[in-house]
Amino acid sequence: MNETTSDQIVIRRSSARRKTIELLITAILILCSLVAVLTTIGIVLSLAFEAFRFFQKVPIHEFLFGIEWSPQTALRADQVGSSGSFGAIPLVTGTLLISAIAMAVATPLGLMSAIYLAEYASSRARSVIKPLLELLAGIPTVVYGFFAALVIAPMLRNGGESVGFSVSSESALAAGLAMGIMIVPLISSLSDDVINAVPQSLRDASYGIGATKAETIRKIILPAAVPGIAGSLLLAASRAIGETMIVVMAAGLAANLTANPLEAVTTVTVQIVTLLTGDQEFDSAKTLSAFALGLLLFIMTLILNILALKIVDRYKEQYD
Amino acid sequence: MTEPINIHLAEGNGRHRAETRFKAYGIIAIAVSLGFLCVMVVSIGLRGAPAFTQTFIQIGIELPADKIDRKDIADTRFGALVKSALREMFPDARTRSDKKQLYRLISANAEYTVRERVIDNPDLIGTNANLWVRASSDADLFIRGNIDATLDENQRRISDKQIAWLEQLKTAQKVETRFNTRFLTGGDSREPEQAGILGAVVGSVFSLTVCFLLAFPLGVLTAVYLEEFAERNRISRLIEVNINNLAAVPSIVFGLLGLAIFLNFFGFQRSTPLVGGMVLALMTLPTIIIASRASLRAVPPSVREAAMGIGASKVQTTFHHVVPLAMPGMLTGSIIGMAQALGETAPLLMIGMVAFIADVPQGITDAATALPVQIFLWADSPERGFLEKTSAAIMVLLVFLVIMNLIAIYLRQRLERRW
Repeated sequence: MNETTSDQIVIRRSSARRKTIELLITAILILCSLVAVLTTIGIVLSLAFEAFRFFQKVPIHEFLFGIEWSPQTALRADQVGSSGSFGAIPLVTGTLLISAIAMAVATPLGLMSAIYLAEYASSRARSVIKPLLELLAGIPTVVYGFFAALVIAPMLRNGGESVGFSVSSESALAAGLAMGIMIVPLISSLSDDVINAVPQSLRDASYGIGATKAETIRKIILPAAVPGIAGSLLLAASRAIGETMIVVMAAGLAANLTANPLEAVTTVTVQIVTLLTGDQEFDSAKTLSAFALGLLLFIMTLILNILALKIVDRYKEQYD
Repeated sequence: MTEPINIHLAEGNGRHRAETRFKAYGIIAIAVSLGFLCVMVVSIGLRGAPAFTQTFIQIGIELPADKIDRKDIADTRFGALVKSALREMFPDARTRSDKKQLYRLISANAEYTVRERVIDNPDLIGTNANLWVRASSDADLFIRGNIDATLDENQRRISDKQIAWLEQLKTAQKVETRFNTRFLTGGDSREPEQAGILGAVVGSVFSLTVCFLLAFPLGVLTAVYLEEFAERNRISRLIEVNINNLAAVPSIVFGLLGLAIFLNFFGFQRSTPLVGGMVLALMTLPTIIIASRASLRAVPPSVREAAMGIGASKVQTTFHHVVPLAMPGMLTGSIIGMAQALGETAPLLMIGMVAFIADVPQGITDAATALPVQIFLWADSPERGFLEKTSAAIMVLLVFLVIMNLIAIYLRQRLERRW
């Protein structure tokens, strides 16, 4: 009898210890997954906090609706024009202009590549082309920036000159073109997945009533895949808006309110980089404005991302 | 009777052409994208290749014993000796501006080369030694034919006199092009002919090590929690949505986070691989989590059931059986994440890893740059000589990326099990 009880005690004890260990490990796991949440909170808090300090110096409506951007800090308190102007509108339009060019390049290229890969390419061609296209996304953006500034921009300028256009050497077009190529694989691989997810029965039905392959794709598959494709385009747009190195190296520094792709424009990300590299005093409106711009960028991309994820999610449920 | 058939045929032809056209669009789209890739890689390769060689010039330099202290060789003013050696080789340079041009044929750091030689071999003191020193960037470009001598003198970076001297040196066989080891083994420099990428590579290696040590365990454990332990409730869904959104946050925002939290709030030192690695870790975390979850999901439930069935606890099942089976996929995902982190520039600019640093960093708390940042810095330099260094640095970066991706592919093919 005695032995049995001691056995039972041992078992109970070990099971109690096992339980503590299990709990402990679960707690560690939860802590780890909180890091990702904390990162988001950290991003929001740090951006919001510094942006709030900025808005104490510069009113928020001036930042959101001002059309002039020339951040300066006064060397002396009584200096003329000491305040600088912090209107973000030209930066936002510059960002949108370059992103629009990029999307205009990437959308047809990405979509047509995706359609070809999903519907036409043999599985062998696909297994070669797909990784090659994805290579485009794997090349660091600093390389695209260098290439845009070194090759594309001079090419555009010389080409423009020969037909009588004056093209700025830091034109929005050069940066937009490079960026467009960079996001092609983003659109093509996401759209490829979406097109592949369209049930085969739809294709078979279409072929059955005598439609050609192209007709089936245009009239049946693409309409069925529209939500997913829209999601991939939104994700690509968000990527273009947040892209930094290409525009830092190939786009301009001076704010310019224009819709002409041949002129130099600057973007939100370019300004963040120029404001925060080099010497900085941390309490000046100039430095703090970078965080306000960061917050603006974060909100813009977040809205696009949430929209994209929502659309993709809803679409998934449709056929499952 | 023939009419309807004709109409039908015509219509069929039109539809057939539309079909061919549609297919052609796809091929054109792929060709344009891949063509761009080819042009970019080839043009950077062509521009960068010359950076791996360097022109050397032999100078006959007098090393008088009375001017060099044998006990303290490093203290000698070798600059003056180098200059007088050049003057002796070309006595025709008499005016001040002539002499200045003459000195500009060789690298401004030539005196350090001479100093190193003499320290290595003190027997040279008191003799007339023939030493090879680096040509200046402009002379180097001319020797390699990258400067057009037929241009007007004030339109090129090298004067008629300098060209004449270089031709003289060439006929005397005192000019040589060698493999530029310094590019791979040296730190950054203000002089293009002296600049090397080792400092940047080491900076990147340190940053990525910190990044991996933080992001891999955190990412894997988060994935394990979400996939194996978490109940499907609002909290786990919140974490999931949060991770998906985090994956799409622009990288520069992570840089702002690092600047505000790590540098300004916690007071870490600027410009260090430690902070760089921490920022990159937060950035790659979503990638690793998503890849790890996918490979955990690929482990069949039967493995878990079998382990549970013989009395293993949840933790034992997970860490003894499921995680080891999912490890190859997790590693693959992490390597791809690391490759992304290696190419990332913007967040590192925010935390100050853009300073000019000539020394190779010794540890994760030394000021450093990273490879892509070095590319950015050199691309910004006005000197013509840095153009090829930039392209060459890009080639090195691409080589590292290719190696990392090949390792990932190898791991996937070799170790991953299909169920």
